[in-house]
Amino acid sequence: MLRCEKLTCVREDRVLFKDLSFVIKPGEIVQVEGPNGVGKTSLFRLVIGLSLPYQGDIFWQDTPITDDREHFYQKLLYLGHKTGIKPELTALENLQFFQKLQPSHKNLDLWEILAKVGLAGYEDIITAQLSAGQQRRVALARLWLNDCPLWILDEPFTAIDKSGVKVLENLFLQHAAQGGIVLLTTHQDLSLDKKHLSKIILEKPQDNFYV
Amino acid sequence: MFKVFLQVVSKELKGAFRRQSDILNPVWFFIIVVTLFPLGIGTDPILLARIAPGVIWVAALLAALLSFERLFKDDFIDGSLEQLMLMPHPLAWLVSAKVFAHWLLTGLPILFISPLLAIFLSMETNTYFALFLTLLIGTPILSLLGAIGVALTVGLRKGGILLSLIMLPLSIPILIFSTLAIDAAAYGQSYLGLLALLGAMLVTSITLAPFAIAASLRVSVS
Repeated sequence: MLRCEKLTCVREDRVLFKDLSFVIKPGEIVQVEGPNGVGKTSLFRLVIGLSLPYQGDIFWQDTPITDDREHFYQKLLYLGHKTGIKPELTALENLQFFQKLQPSHKNLDLWEILAKVGLAGYEDIITAQLSAGQQRRVALARLWLNDCPLWILDEPFTAIDKSGVKVLENLFLQHAAQGGIVLLTTHQDLSLDKKHLSKIILEKPQDNFYV
Repeated sequence: MFKVFLQVVSKELKGAFRRQSDILNPVWFFIIVVTLFPLGIGTDPILLARIAPGVIWVAALLAALLSFERLFKDDFIDGSLEQLMLMPHPLAWLVSAKVFAHWLLTGLPILFISPLLAIFLSMETNTYFALFLTLLIGTPILSLLGAIGVALTVGLRKGGILLSLIMLPLSIPILIFSTLAIDAAAYGQSYLGLLALLGAMLVTSITLAPFAIAASLRVSVS
Protein backbone atom coordinates (compact mmCIF):
# COMPACT_ATOMS: atom_id res chain seq x y z
CA MET A 1 0.00 0.00 0.00
CA LEU A 2 1.31 3.39 -0.98
CA ARG A 3 0.08 6.33 1.07
CA CYS A 4 0.87 9.99 0.49
CA GLU A 5 -0.18 12.56 3.03
CA LYS A 6 -0.53 16.27 2.43
CA LEU A 7 2.24 16.49 -0.13
CA THR A 8 3.31 19.95 -1.15
CA CYS A 9 5.77 20.33 -3.97
CA VAL A 10 7.66 23.53 -4.61
CA ARG A 11 9.78 24.07 -7.69
CA GLU A 12 11.77 27.27 -8.25
CA ASP A 13 9.75 29.05 -5.53
CA ARG A 14 6.49 28.10 -7.20
CA VAL A 15 3.91 25.78 -5.67
CA LEU A 16 3.11 22.95 -8.06
CA PHE A 17 0.56 21.23 -5.88
CA LYS A 18 -0.47 21.57 -2.28
CA ASP A 19 -1.88 19.18 0.33
CA LEU A 20 -2.13 16.26 -2.07
CA SER A 21 -3.16 13.08 -0.26
CA PHE A 22 -3.98 9.70 -1.73
CA VAL A 23 -3.81 6.00 -0.96
CA ILE A 24 -3.14 3.33 -3.55
CA LYS A 25 -4.05 -0.20 -2.55
CA PRO A 26 -2.71 -3.43 -4.02
CA GLY A 27 -4.40 -4.29 -7.30
CA GLU A 28 -4.97 -0.72 -8.44
CA ILE A 29 -3.87 0.96 -11.64
CA VAL A 30 -3.69 4.70 -11.17
CA GLN A 31 -3.13 7.23 -13.89
CA VAL A 32 -1.94 10.72 -13.01
CA GLU A 33 -3.45 13.23 -15.39
CA GLY A 34 -2.90 16.89 -16.02
CA PRO A 35 -1.48 19.39 -18.49
CA ASN A 36 2.25 19.78 -19.08
CA GLY A 37 4.17 21.40 -16.28
CA VAL A 38 1.58 20.62 -13.63
CA GLY A 39 4.00 18.46 -11.66
CA LYS A 40 3.38 14.85 -12.68
CA THR A 41 7.06 13.96 -12.94
CA SER A 42 7.79 15.97 -9.78
CA LEU A 43 5.13 13.97 -7.96
CA PHE A 44 6.73 10.71 -9.09
CA ARG A 45 10.17 11.85 -8.02
CA LEU A 46 8.77 12.60 -4.57
CA VAL A 47 7.06 9.22 -4.37
CA ILE A 48 10.24 7.32 -5.24
CA GLY A 49 12.33 9.41 -2.85
CA LEU A 50 14.62 11.00 -5.42
CA SER A 51 13.56 14.42 -4.19
CA LEU A 52 12.13 15.42 -0.86
CA PRO A 53 8.70 17.02 -0.45
CA TYR A 54 8.45 20.59 0.78
CA GLN A 55 5.84 19.29 3.18
CA GLY A 56 4.10 15.98 3.70
CA ASP A 57 5.02 12.32 4.03
CA ILE A 58 5.08 9.25 1.84
CA PHE A 59 4.56 5.82 3.32
CA TRP A 60 5.08 2.38 1.86
CA GLN A 61 3.35 -0.26 4.03
CA ASP A 62 3.11 2.37 6.79
CA THR A 63 6.86 3.06 6.91
CA PRO A 64 8.17 6.41 5.63
CA ILE A 65 10.07 5.61 2.45
CA THR A 66 13.23 7.47 3.43
CA ASP A 67 13.52 5.45 6.67
CA ASP A 68 14.51 2.30 4.88
CA ARG A 69 15.33 3.13 1.30
CA GLU A 70 16.90 -0.22 0.52
CA HIS A 71 13.80 -2.12 1.56
CA PHE A 72 11.52 0.21 -0.38
CA TYR A 73 13.69 0.01 -3.51
CA GLN A 74 13.46 -3.77 -3.46
CA LYS A 75 9.75 -3.36 -4.03
CA LEU A 76 9.92 -0.56 -6.55
CA LEU A 77 10.42 -0.46 -10.28
CA TYR A 78 10.65 3.05 -11.69
CA LEU A 79 10.97 3.90 -15.35
CA GLY A 80 11.37 7.59 -16.02
CA HIS A 81 11.46 9.85 -19.06
CA LYS A 82 15.10 8.95 -19.27
CA THR A 83 15.18 5.22 -19.63
CA GLY A 84 18.39 4.39 -17.77
CA ILE A 85 19.60 2.30 -20.67
CA LYS A 86 23.29 2.73 -21.49
CA PRO A 87 23.60 3.58 -25.19
CA GLU A 88 27.02 1.98 -25.58
CA LEU A 89 25.92 -1.42 -24.25
CA THR A 90 23.79 -3.94 -26.10
CA ALA A 91 20.18 -4.63 -25.14
CA LEU A 92 21.22 -7.91 -23.59
CA GLU A 93 24.05 -6.39 -21.53
CA ASN A 94 21.78 -3.64 -20.25
CA LEU A 95 19.21 -6.12 -19.00
CA GLN A 96 21.85 -8.42 -17.55
CA PHE A 97 23.15 -5.55 -15.44
CA PHE A 98 19.73 -4.93 -13.89
CA GLN A 99 19.14 -8.63 -13.48
CA LYS A 100 22.35 -9.08 -11.54
CA LEU A 101 22.03 -5.98 -9.40
CA GLN A 102 18.40 -6.18 -8.43
CA PRO A 103 17.27 -9.16 -6.39
CA SER A 104 13.71 -8.49 -7.55
CA HIS A 105 14.66 -9.27 -11.14
CA LYS A 106 14.00 -12.92 -11.78
CA ASN A 107 16.47 -15.21 -13.41
CA LEU A 108 14.54 -15.54 -16.65
CA ASP A 109 15.90 -16.15 -20.09
CA LEU A 110 16.64 -12.69 -21.43
CA TRP A 111 16.54 -13.78 -25.06
CA GLU A 112 12.96 -14.87 -24.58
CA ILE A 113 12.00 -11.60 -22.93
CA LEU A 114 13.65 -9.50 -25.62
CA ALA A 115 11.72 -11.53 -28.19
CA LYS A 116 8.54 -10.80 -26.22
CA VAL A 117 9.08 -7.04 -26.48
CA GLY A 118 9.72 -7.37 -30.20
CA LEU A 119 13.49 -7.12 -30.16
CA ALA A 120 14.30 -10.59 -31.48
CA GLY A 121 17.40 -10.29 -33.62
CA TYR A 122 18.47 -7.02 -31.96
CA GLU A 123 19.92 -8.55 -28.78
CA ASP A 124 23.54 -7.95 -29.66
CA ILE A 125 23.22 -4.55 -31.26
CA ILE A 126 24.46 -1.53 -29.34
CA THR A 127 21.38 0.29 -28.07
CA ALA A 128 22.55 3.64 -29.45
CA GLN A 129 21.91 2.21 -32.92
CA LEU A 130 18.31 1.21 -32.12
CA SER A 131 15.34 3.49 -32.80
CA ALA A 132 13.77 5.55 -30.01
CA GLY A 133 10.88 3.11 -29.71
CA GLN A 134 13.20 0.12 -29.60
CA GLN A 135 15.33 1.75 -26.90
CA ARG A 136 12.19 2.35 -24.86
CA ARG A 137 11.30 -1.31 -25.37
CA VAL A 138 14.63 -2.39 -23.91
CA ALA A 139 13.78 -0.44 -20.75
CA LEU A 140 10.22 -1.76 -20.72
CA ALA A 141 11.53 -5.33 -20.92
CA ARG A 142 12.32 -4.92 -17.22
CA LEU A 143 8.58 -5.04 -16.55
CA TRP A 144 8.60 -8.72 -17.52
CA LEU A 145 11.72 -9.42 -15.52
CA ASN A 146 10.90 -8.12 -12.09
CA ASP A 147 8.52 -9.16 -9.35
CA CYS A 148 8.29 -5.77 -7.62
CA PRO A 149 4.77 -5.00 -6.41
CA LEU A 150 5.07 -1.27 -7.12
CA TRP A 151 5.55 -0.02 -10.67
CA ILE A 152 5.94 3.70 -11.21
CA LEU A 153 6.07 4.55 -14.89
CA ASP A 154 6.54 8.05 -16.22
CA GLU A 155 5.24 8.21 -19.78
CA PRO A 156 5.89 4.54 -20.54
CA PHE A 157 4.17 4.73 -23.94
CA THR A 158 6.42 7.40 -25.45
CA ALA A 159 7.51 6.24 -28.91
CA ILE A 160 5.70 2.91 -28.51
CA ASP A 161 3.43 1.75 -31.34
CA LYS A 162 -0.27 0.89 -30.93
CA SER A 163 0.16 -2.85 -30.65
CA GLY A 164 2.89 -2.30 -28.06
CA VAL A 165 0.55 -0.14 -25.98
CA LYS A 166 -2.04 -2.91 -26.09
CA VAL A 167 0.48 -5.46 -24.85
CA LEU A 168 1.51 -3.16 -22.02
CA GLU A 169 -2.09 -2.53 -20.95
CA ASN A 170 -2.63 -6.24 -20.69
CA LEU A 171 0.54 -6.56 -18.65
CA PHE A 172 -0.69 -3.86 -16.26
CA LEU A 173 -3.99 -5.70 -15.81
CA GLN A 174 -2.13 -8.91 -15.12
CA HIS A 175 0.14 -7.15 -12.63
CA ALA A 176 -2.83 -5.59 -10.84
CA ALA A 177 -4.61 -8.96 -10.76
CA GLN A 178 -1.61 -10.37 -8.91
CA GLY A 179 -1.92 -7.63 -6.30
CA GLY A 180 0.56 -5.20 -7.79
CA ILE A 181 0.27 -1.44 -8.05
CA VAL A 182 0.78 0.51 -11.26
CA LEU A 183 1.16 4.29 -11.04
CA LEU A 184 1.64 5.91 -14.42
CA THR A 185 1.34 9.06 -16.46
CA THR A 186 0.46 9.20 -20.09
CA HIS A 187 -1.19 11.60 -22.49
CA GLN A 188 -2.66 8.74 -24.50
CA ASP A 189 -6.16 7.43 -23.90
CA LEU A 190 -5.96 4.11 -22.20
CA SER A 191 -8.49 1.49 -23.22
CA LEU A 192 -8.76 0.17 -19.65
CA ASP A 193 -12.27 0.44 -18.22
CA LYS A 194 -13.17 2.42 -15.13
CA LYS A 195 -13.32 -0.66 -12.96
CA HIS A 196 -9.60 -1.15 -13.32
CA LEU A 197 -8.31 2.34 -13.77
CA SER A 198 -8.52 5.20 -11.30
CA LYS A 199 -7.18 8.67 -11.88
CA ILE A 200 -5.45 11.40 -9.96
CA ILE A 201 -6.08 14.68 -11.72
CA LEU A 202 -3.63 17.48 -11.11
CA GLU A 203 -4.75 20.98 -11.97
CA LYS A 204 -2.87 24.20 -12.26
CA PRO A 205 -3.38 26.04 -8.96
CA GLN A 206 -5.74 29.02 -9.31
CA ASP A 207 -3.58 31.28 -7.24
CA ASN A 208 -0.15 30.47 -8.61
CA PHE A 209 1.43 31.94 -5.54
CA TYR A 210 5.02 32.04 -4.49
CA VAL A 211 6.46 30.98 -1.18
CA MET B 1 27.98 -7.27 -1.76
CA PHE B 2 31.24 -7.72 -3.68
CA LYS B 3 29.32 -9.15 -6.60
CA VAL B 4 27.44 -5.87 -6.86
CA PHE B 5 30.72 -3.93 -6.74
CA LEU B 6 32.22 -6.06 -9.52
CA GLN B 7 29.08 -5.78 -11.65
CA VAL B 8 29.17 -1.98 -11.52
CA VAL B 9 32.91 -1.93 -12.28
CA SER B 10 32.57 -4.31 -15.21
CA LYS B 11 29.65 -2.34 -16.66
CA GLU B 12 31.71 0.85 -16.46
CA LEU B 13 34.74 -0.75 -18.10
CA LYS B 14 32.64 -2.35 -20.82
CA GLY B 15 31.04 1.00 -21.61
CA ALA B 16 34.37 2.80 -21.59
CA PHE B 17 36.04 0.34 -23.94
CA ARG B 18 33.23 0.90 -26.44
CA ARG B 19 34.06 4.62 -26.45
CA GLN B 20 37.80 4.58 -26.42
CA SER B 21 38.32 8.23 -27.27
CA ASP B 22 36.89 9.11 -23.87
CA ILE B 23 39.39 7.09 -21.90
CA LEU B 24 42.34 7.87 -24.13
CA ASN B 25 41.77 11.62 -24.01
CA PRO B 26 43.05 12.32 -20.46
CA VAL B 27 46.01 9.96 -20.85
CA TRP B 28 46.85 11.52 -24.18
CA PHE B 29 46.64 14.98 -22.63
CA PHE B 30 48.97 13.85 -19.85
CA ILE B 31 51.57 12.56 -22.31
CA ILE B 32 51.40 15.68 -24.47
CA VAL B 33 51.87 18.08 -21.55
CA VAL B 34 54.84 16.16 -20.16
CA THR B 35 56.56 15.72 -23.52
CA LEU B 36 56.15 19.38 -24.43
CA PHE B 37 58.16 20.51 -21.42
CA PRO B 38 61.60 19.29 -22.60
CA LEU B 39 60.84 20.82 -26.00
CA GLY B 40 59.91 24.16 -24.54
CA ILE B 41 62.48 24.44 -21.80
CA GLY B 42 65.46 22.83 -23.41
CA THR B 43 67.26 19.59 -22.83
CA ASP B 44 69.37 20.51 -19.80
CA PRO B 45 69.12 17.25 -17.79
CA ILE B 46 69.71 18.89 -14.40
CA LEU B 47 66.99 21.46 -14.90
CA LEU B 48 64.57 18.85 -16.25
CA ALA B 49 65.22 16.45 -13.40
CA ARG B 50 64.62 19.36 -11.00
CA ILE B 51 61.20 20.28 -12.38
CA ALA B 52 60.12 16.76 -13.38
CA PRO B 53 58.13 15.83 -10.23
CA GLY B 54 56.14 19.06 -10.35
CA VAL B 55 55.48 18.76 -14.07
CA ILE B 56 54.31 15.17 -13.88
CA TRP B 57 52.09 15.81 -10.89
CA VAL B 58 50.51 18.98 -12.28
CA ALA B 59 49.88 17.18 -15.56
CA ALA B 60 48.34 14.23 -13.71
CA LEU B 61 46.11 16.60 -11.74
CA LEU B 62 44.91 18.40 -14.86
CA ALA B 63 44.38 15.12 -16.70
CA ALA B 64 42.26 13.90 -13.79
CA LEU B 65 40.26 17.14 -13.85
CA LEU B 66 39.67 16.65 -17.57
CA SER B 67 38.32 13.15 -17.03
CA PHE B 68 35.94 13.90 -14.18
CA GLU B 69 33.19 15.36 -16.31
CA ARG B 70 32.17 11.99 -17.63
CA LEU B 71 32.16 10.24 -14.26
CA PHE B 72 28.49 10.96 -13.56
CA LYS B 73 27.46 13.26 -16.41
CA ASP B 74 26.65 10.59 -19.01
CA ASP B 75 24.79 8.55 -16.43
CA PHE B 76 22.84 11.63 -15.42
CA ILE B 77 21.85 12.34 -19.01
CA ASP B 78 20.71 8.83 -19.94
CA GLY B 79 18.95 8.20 -16.63
CA SER B 80 21.17 5.40 -15.37
CA LEU B 81 22.25 7.57 -12.44
CA GLU B 82 18.62 7.67 -11.25
CA GLN B 83 18.39 3.91 -11.65
CA LEU B 84 21.62 3.49 -9.69
CA MET B 85 20.16 5.60 -6.90
CA LEU B 86 17.06 3.40 -6.85
CA MET B 87 19.02 0.17 -6.42
CA PRO B 88 18.35 -1.75 -3.23
CA HIS B 89 22.01 -1.41 -2.24
CA PRO B 90 23.82 1.31 -0.29
CA LEU B 91 24.50 4.19 -2.65
CA ALA B 92 27.92 4.84 -1.06
CA TRP B 93 28.99 1.33 -2.04
CA LEU B 94 27.74 1.68 -5.60
CA VAL B 95 29.50 5.00 -6.12
CA SER B 96 32.73 3.58 -4.70
CA ALA B 97 32.58 1.02 -7.48
CA LYS B 98 32.13 3.78 -10.03
CA VAL B 99 35.05 5.75 -8.62
CA PHE B 100 37.22 2.64 -8.61
CA ALA B 101 36.39 2.02 -12.27
CA HIS B 102 37.21 5.65 -12.99
CA TRP B 103 40.60 5.25 -11.34
CA LEU B 104 41.27 2.08 -13.35
CA LEU B 105 40.59 4.07 -16.51
CA THR B 106 42.51 7.24 -15.68
CA GLY B 107 44.88 6.74 -12.75
CA LEU B 108 46.25 3.37 -13.73
CA PRO B 109 47.22 4.29 -17.32
CA ILE B 110 49.11 7.28 -15.92
CA LEU B 111 51.02 4.95 -13.61
CA PHE B 112 51.91 2.69 -16.52
CA ILE B 113 53.10 5.53 -18.69
CA SER B 114 55.09 7.29 -15.99
CA PRO B 115 58.36 5.28 -16.48
CA LEU B 116 58.54 6.44 -20.07
CA LEU B 117 57.94 10.04 -19.07
CA ALA B 118 60.51 9.79 -16.30
CA ILE B 119 63.08 8.98 -18.99
CA PHE B 120 61.95 11.96 -21.09
CA LEU B 121 62.59 14.17 -18.07
CA SER B 122 65.87 12.40 -17.19
CA MET B 123 64.82 11.40 -13.69
CA GLU B 124 67.00 9.07 -11.67
CA THR B 125 65.82 5.66 -10.62
CA ASN B 126 65.24 6.33 -6.95
CA THR B 127 63.47 9.62 -7.69
CA TYR B 128 61.29 7.83 -10.20
CA PHE B 129 60.48 5.17 -7.62
CA ALA B 130 59.29 7.87 -5.24
CA LEU B 131 57.24 9.44 -8.03
CA PHE B 132 55.65 6.09 -8.78
CA LEU B 133 54.71 5.55 -5.13
CA THR B 134 53.20 9.03 -4.77
CA LEU B 135 51.20 8.54 -7.96
CA LEU B 136 50.06 5.14 -6.76
CA ILE B 137 48.77 6.61 -3.50
CA GLY B 138 47.80 10.04 -4.80
CA THR B 139 45.73 9.31 -7.92
CA PRO B 140 43.02 7.34 -6.05
CA ILE B 141 42.67 10.30 -3.66
CA LEU B 142 42.22 12.59 -6.65
CA SER B 143 39.53 10.31 -8.06
CA LEU B 144 37.66 10.18 -4.76
CA LEU B 145 37.83 13.92 -4.09
CA GLY B 146 36.97 14.74 -7.67
CA ALA B 147 33.93 12.50 -7.47
CA ILE B 148 32.54 14.62 -4.62
CA GLY B 149 32.90 17.72 -6.77
CA VAL B 150 31.32 16.00 -9.77
CA ALA B 151 28.45 14.73 -7.63
CA LEU B 152 27.79 18.28 -6.43
CA THR B 153 27.83 19.79 -9.90
CA VAL B 154 26.24 17.02 -11.96
CA GLY B 155 22.83 18.69 -12.17
CA LEU B 156 24.24 21.98 -13.37
CA ARG B 157 24.38 22.88 -17.02
CA LYS B 158 27.88 24.33 -16.98
CA GLY B 159 29.43 22.72 -13.95
CA GLY B 160 32.96 22.51 -15.33
CA ILE B 161 34.40 25.71 -13.91
CA LEU B 162 32.68 25.26 -10.57
CA LEU B 163 34.04 21.72 -10.46
CA SER B 164 37.62 22.90 -10.87
CA LEU B 165 37.06 25.56 -8.21
CA ILE B 166 35.85 22.92 -5.75
CA MET B 167 38.41 20.38 -6.79
CA LEU B 168 41.68 22.32 -6.93
CA PRO B 169 41.90 23.53 -3.31
CA LEU B 170 41.15 20.00 -2.12
CA SER B 171 43.88 18.49 -4.25
CA ILE B 172 46.61 20.99 -3.40
CA PRO B 173 47.73 19.12 -0.22
CA ILE B 174 48.25 15.97 -2.29
CA LEU B 175 50.31 17.92 -4.79
CA ILE B 176 52.44 19.49 -2.05
CA PHE B 177 53.15 16.31 -0.13
CA SER B 178 53.84 14.29 -3.27
CA THR B 179 56.33 16.74 -4.68
CA LEU B 180 57.95 17.10 -1.24
CA ALA B 181 58.36 13.33 -1.08
CA ILE B 182 59.89 13.21 -4.54
CA ASP B 183 62.25 16.10 -3.71
CA ALA B 184 63.33 14.28 -0.56
CA ALA B 185 64.05 11.20 -2.65
CA ALA B 186 66.08 13.30 -5.09
CA TYR B 187 68.28 14.53 -2.22
CA GLY B 188 68.65 10.98 -0.95
CA GLN B 189 66.64 11.60 2.21
CA SER B 190 64.00 9.31 3.65
CA TYR B 191 60.51 10.14 2.39
CA LEU B 192 58.57 7.47 4.27
CA GLY B 193 56.98 10.01 6.59
CA LEU B 194 55.55 11.99 3.68
CA LEU B 195 54.30 8.80 2.06
CA ALA B 196 52.65 7.87 5.34
CA LEU B 197 50.87 11.24 5.34
CA LEU B 198 49.64 10.60 1.81
CA GLY B 199 48.57 7.12 2.89
CA ALA B 200 46.60 8.63 5.76
CA MET B 201 44.85 10.94 3.30
CA LEU B 202 44.05 7.96 1.10
CA VAL B 203 42.58 5.95 3.97
CA THR B 204 40.52 8.93 5.12
CA SER B 205 39.16 9.59 1.67
CA ILE B 206 38.40 5.92 0.98
CA THR B 207 36.38 5.67 4.18
CA LEU B 208 34.61 9.04 4.09
CA ALA B 209 34.41 10.19 0.47
CA PRO B 210 31.83 7.56 -0.66
CA PHE B 211 29.34 8.88 1.89
CA ALA B 212 30.00 12.46 0.81
CA ILE B 213 29.56 11.45 -2.84
CA ALA B 214 26.29 9.64 -2.09
CA ALA B 215 24.93 12.57 -0.09
CA SER B 216 25.96 15.06 -2.79
CA LEU B 217 24.23 12.97 -5.45
CA ARG B 218 21.02 12.86 -3.41
CA VAL B 219 21.14 16.66 -3.23
CA SER B 220 21.98 17.41 -6.84
CA VAL B 221 19.74 14.83 -8.52
CA SER B 222 16.65 15.92 -6.55
